[in-house]
Amino acid sequence: MDSVAEIEAAAEKLTQAAGMDEDESFRVVMAVREAAVNAVLHGNSYDPNKQVSASFENNGKSLIITIADQGEGLDPETIPDPLAPENLLRGTGRGIFLIRSFLDEVHFRQLHPGTELTLIKHLTPAATPDDVTQNDKDLDTN
Amino acid sequence: MALTIATRQIDGVTILDLSGRITLGEGSVQLRDAIRDLIGKGVKNILLSLGEVNYIDSSGLGELVSAFTTAKNQNADVKLLNLTKKVKDVLQVTKLYTVFDIYDDEAHAIVAFK
Repeated sequence: MDSVAEIEAAAEKLTQAAGMDEDESFRVVMAVREAAVNAVLHGNSYDPNKQVSASFENNGKSLIITIADQGEGLDPETIPDPLAPENLLRGTGRGIFLIRSFLDEVHFRQLHPGTELTLIKHLTPAATPDDVTQNDKDLDTN
Repeated sequence: MALTIATRQIDGVTILDLSGRITLGEGSVQLRDAIRDLIGKGVKNILLSLGEVNYIDSSGLGELVSAFTTAKNQNADVKLLNLTKKVKDVLQVTKLYTVFDIYDDEAHAIVAFK
């Protein structure tokens, strides 16, 4: 789970550099954390030989975060709706929903092997970045 | 910051004062164990005070739901007190705000168990 904390910290740094207010920052960071947890837990199944890679970019208009795992792949269409009455009291299954709720765009891409999520949050005028940054990092799942 | 849990009792209600994060690996297991321990001891009225919980993730939400359903299955009750803005935000988005009895005032919450 160290890589999740590392990705979460990087996302927090990105939102702060973009000038996001605390509420918006919380939502973006939470979505990124959920994606990282999914990659480590459901994607790579805690396999220490598999990696999670993450990249963080502020292009001046949007924050673009990609999280990729090396697991068996994920079909987002098969994920049950956690708001459906029959699922509301389930203990799991809210991660992807939270990611979609808190971001403007979420794109899934199947890798061979693995899944890549591209998470996009558009910047509002109030959160115009001071600078445009890009950072790539590869992280172990340990 | 990991989760800390302090327990106290008022008028037949067991209050868990939670502080920190309820996330995968950082509090969700502690919360699960605390609830199971209380239910196992026959405690019926459990109030989770979340005023010092500054972060919850989907795993933490799952633990709150599990606490709620476990309690119901044992004819016990779990209510929530003093949600922070962030926790309230997440509970509203996931519609769990409609599932729990939620209070801003401890005295009112305690009376509601009667």
